[in-house]
Amino acid sequence: MDWLDNIIKTFFDFEAMWQVFPQLLGVGLVNTLIISIWATVIGLVLGMIVAIMGISPSRWLRIPARIYTDIFRGLPAILTILLIGQGFARFSQDIFGPSPYPLGILALSLIASAYMGEIFRAGIQSVDRGQLEACRALGMSYGKAMRLVVVPQGVRRVLPALVNQFIAIVKDSSLVYFLGLLVSERELFRVGQDAAVLTGNLSPLVMAGLFYLVITVPLTHLVNYFDNRFRTGRRKAVPPKSGLDEVEEQNPTPTLTYGENS
Amino acid sequence: MTYTSPVPVTDGHFYEGSSLELIDLTMAYGDVEVLREVSLTVPPGTTTCVIGPSGSGKSTLLRGVNRLHEPKSGDVRLAGESVLTQKPDSVRRRIGLVFQHFNLFPDHTAEQNVALALRNVKGLSKAESLRIARERLAEVGLAERADHRPRDLSGGQQQRVAIARALAMEPEVMLFDEATSALDPELVKGVLNLMAGLAQRGMTMLVVTHEMGFARKVADQVVFMDEGRVLESGKPADLFDRPQSSRLQRFLSEVL
Repeated sequence: MDWLDNIIKTFFDFEAMWQVFPQLLGVGLVNTLIISIWATVIGLVLGMIVAIMGISPSRWLRIPARIYTDIFRGLPAILTILLIGQGFARFSQDIFGPSPYPLGILALSLIASAYMGEIFRAGIQSVDRGQLEACRALGMSYGKAMRLVVVPQGVRRVLPALVNQFIAIVKDSSLVYFLGLLVSERELFRVGQDAAVLTGNLSPLVMAGLFYLVITVPLTHLVNYFDNRFRTGRRKAVPPKSGLDEVEEQNPTPTLTYGENS
Repeated sequence: MTYTSPVPVTDGHFYEGSSLELIDLTMAYGDVEVLREVSLTVPPGTTTCVIGPSGSGKSTLLRGVNRLHEPKSGDVRLAGESVLTQKPDSVRRRIGLVFQHFNLFPDHTAEQNVALALRNVKGLSKAESLRIARERLAEVGLAERADHRPRDLSGGQQQRVAIARALAMEPEVMLFDEATSALDPELVKGVLNLMAGLAQRGMTMLVVTHEMGFARKVADQVVFMDEGRVLESGKPADLFDRPQSSRLQRFLSEVL
């Protein structure tokens, strides 16, 4: 059973895993979450702007939104991260100092916002047109109608898709390491990778992988659960009620003559 | 025939409807004209029913009145003033529209549905708009269902909420776009009774409907449209008992 021994040593060396565990927890996990959460928050804001522009009646808003989405969805994430992380390093230095962290987050946000914009747009456009018309018929402006009625309904429908996007960001956050992080800035992948190189053993990377799974798998299942609930509805079953009862609920009680007429 | 006769109204809220005039109104979707030079006058406090086969432009007509769809040419006058020279939003506040499919806000309760525009268009306080909403809901017999969401209401109840929502804005004219076409048959009469009550209380109403009984009993004027034109108009008795055009004769023979 040499090969089994080999596999266990290469991937599941318990000692190597245990050694890297505190670093993964204290440095890697924290940084991965900081990067992912910031990128998600900024991505949500930018994505909503892109979505609103994308469904605007004005083509001067629609076309830029389309181009933006096409570019950041069409490029490989690593290319965007490198171009932005290195291209804007000097500007970033003036504002944030030498850390590549803010630019990494920005690049991830731009990528995420292109996807989230499409998710929001699909959600908003799936809301029945009658909702907007009802608002307009009441004298509400387009902006208010969107903000108060249409967008909230659209967003609620795409919550599962947004969580999926968060999962994608968590995974893509590992790419930020290409920008060269300080020791204290390393995220899960980089911590695992460094340890793997040092020990000449892949177990620390496996351990990092487990950390990713601990974040992503429960989220995936949570999404599925809520998605199911949205689909089947939370409606409680009520005993059947005759439509005839409703005839009597109106005020004042009408005295009607039934039967054929005309 | 569903509708038999309106209930006499002696109490409740009275309205001061304004006049509504359509002058040579022409409307188009792209290059296709769906409404051609339609003229009709709805005097204040009266009800005009528009009947006609599908594709006759009835719904488009209503959308032209409150400019949900911009007219191509012609004019619409509310209380004598052209709506085309005013801001669409301020015109729409004065004209209530009730849709075939209710178009209630599904994530709002009945009273929130009614209160939303009071708060955000009229700028009333939250408490005040909810108070008015409950009052209007009580008038349509839904006081006890004020906290229900649309999906927990029957079609008839939803349509009554929609009517309360339009009335809460204190419109001068009410437009109904086949308001009972999507309802279960036993619920139609309740909504029609409510509409008849509004007519009797002085509301100016332009009603697109397939309920010939309602048109006959409640309307002061009936307008028959086909292919985007008004072919006949007049008192209900004249139209229904002595139709002049062969189109109307044929239409009536199909629906009555």
